Amino acid sequence: MENVDRPFPPGQYDVVVVGSGPGGLQTSHCLTQLGVEHAVISQDEAPGGMFRRFPIFERLISWTKPDAPVERGTREYEWYDHNSLLGDAGAQALAPEFMDRSFDVPSRAEMEAALVAFTERAGVQVRYGCRWTGTRRDDDGGFVLETDDGEYACRFAVFAIGVTQPWVPSIRGSELAAHYVETRPASSYRDKRVVIIGKRNSAFEVGNGLLPWAKELTLVSPRPVQLELLPQSPLRLRYLQPYEEYVRGGAGTFVVDAAIEQIERSNGGLRVVAEGTTWPGRLEFDADDVILATGFKAPLQDLRELGVTTVLNDRIPALNPFFESISAPGLFFAGNITAGSRGIRKHGVGPNSTSVNGFRYNARVLAEHVAERLGIERPRPSVDRADVVPFLLRELSCAPELWIQKTFLGRVVSVTDGGLRDEGIVPLEHFLDAGGPDAVCVAIEMDPKAVIYPAVYVRRGGRITEHELPTHPVHAFRGSEYAREVEAILAAARF
Amino acid sequence: MEQPRPDIVDSLARLTLFADLTNAQIEAIAHRFDEEVFAEGQRILRTGLSGAGLYLIIEGEALIRIDGQVRARFGPGEFFGEIGVLLGELPNADVEAATLLRCLEIPGAEVEPFLVEFPRVMYRMLQSEARRLRTTTEWKT
Repeated sequence: MENVDRPFPPGQYDVVVVGSGPGGLQTSHCLTQLGVEHAVISQDEAPGGMFRRFPIFERLISWTKPDAPVERGTREYEWYDHNSLLGDAGAQALAPEFMDRSFDVPSRAEMEAALVAFTERAGVQVRYGCRWTGTRRDDDGGFVLETDDGEYACRFAVFAIGVTQPWVPSIRGSELAAHYVETRPASSYRDKRVVIIGKRNSAFEVGNGLLPWAKELTLVSPRPVQLELLPQSPLRLRYLQPYEEYVRGGAGTFVVDAAIEQIERSNGGLRVVAEGTTWPGRLEFDADDVILATGFKAPLQDLRELGVTTVLNDRIPALNPFFESISAPGLFFAGNITAGSRGIRKHGVGPNSTSVNGFRYNARVLAEHVAERLGIERPRPSVDRADVVPFLLRELSCAPELWIQKTFLGRVVSVTDGGLRDEGIVPLEHFLDAGGPDAVCVAIEMDPKAVIYPAVYVRRGGRITEHELPTHPVHAFRGSEYAREVEAILAAARF
Repeated sequence: MEQPRPDIVDSLARLTLFADLTNAQIEAIAHRFDEEVFAEGQRILRTGLSGAGLYLIIEGEALIRIDGQVRARFGPGEFFGEIGVLLGELPNADVEAATLLRCLEIPGAEVEPFLVEFPRVMYRMLQSEARRLRTTTEWKT
């Protein structure tokens, strides 16, 4: 593997990023923009991470609109393009460039091509073929990452290692079933009875993919499909054809609410024994194939031994608002693992951190935070008092960070001795809980009925007040009525 | 070294609140609501801020703070956030994690359907509320 042209040889770095999927690439690019010295290592041979392999049925779930009312490549355009990484000129908005427009969501191959292009055009360097094998603390409060190529010492480590390890709940006989990652080509399920355990995205993705092939298809899990929660869920309608067939009484497709008791061998095939959750009683499903679409966990290796605690049934590390382990300071996470930073979950709404659209912004927040911990201050431009209201309304109207990371990221303007200054995009939880100078933070939120509305938080003398503004049928939050209301809030706070 | 964590279903099954439920019902609850973990000192409920939920403590301790003063502590099997949710009022206290705290979070809008669906859980919550009320009454007399 040794090659003098490979970047980032083992040694000492301020930051080491592990992984070359979109999370690792975005984090590296943001760190570079801020002037943070870092290395990027990856066990893969090329960029793309999970998109080199998943989704199995080849189509992503988040949209990119190649044409939009705003110019491609602008910040506002990011709101229309949920799959491109954030780059400088020449490296931004790359996903639409590779889409054939059969759909408004890219295929897996198109997404992979866009990530390869990002790496080239943004100049992200990665030491490929370098597998992280172990981790330990060093005597200076930093870390040593052990790899195939040698040891990397660093102040901070950022793990962008994906949530890619199959996770299986404790079901008796689960070893008889295949996990989602082991799903075969759809045609091999021809004339088979297939039971899919799960009702989240991967379950419906597989179910939808097998509809033209399987002779009987049953999706089963304890939780019912809750269409009313769709706006807050990663589940996508276009995967729900198995559900539609079931609720319309179509033959051969079933979506059942039941807890799995066991999977056993039966008559040369398999049998799934389940107990109803939304109805009383037991059911047995005979199947030729059982697929566990039960999700994934992060491949944390030895990080638990360094104190990293986990959340969501031990699947991902529990993270603070800057994506640092809540129990092992100095260990950061990027990519879809940033879903371990849960935010304030107002009305139960969490961030969109499991997909590129959300975690690309998390990467920038992480990079800015790490840079400041290393003594690199980012610019905080001043804002004239007369411009504050239009500035905040513009953010509420079209800031992609606020619209995609609802109730999670906000735009903050603070009061300093020299006047008002733009603090940039800040985790809302940090703004609410960390204290600091008088300031205002605006965010986009969603209520329990999925109504989207703007919110204004004011911190004055350390106390927070919350102001929820009315919604608008086309989300136009820049009108004079909003200007009057925000001005009144600021005036009352003596801004 | 941290030991492998028990499955969330097993953790919930140990709570008195869920003592009357079948394993299938507990599995359904574990699939429907999320486990949340908070660092020591991290805030969970904020005075005067809307949109809070009901939290059932699985592991660790939470403390209730009013005007900076600690007024109560809750541990495994106990819950908080119910007053604001049931009365439709904003929290009048901050709640923060006194230790590493692991909870099941039931978003505010889902509390009523949840309790109506599981009346035995509602009954056990009422018993807990009665015990809290008795403690308060005894303290006042």
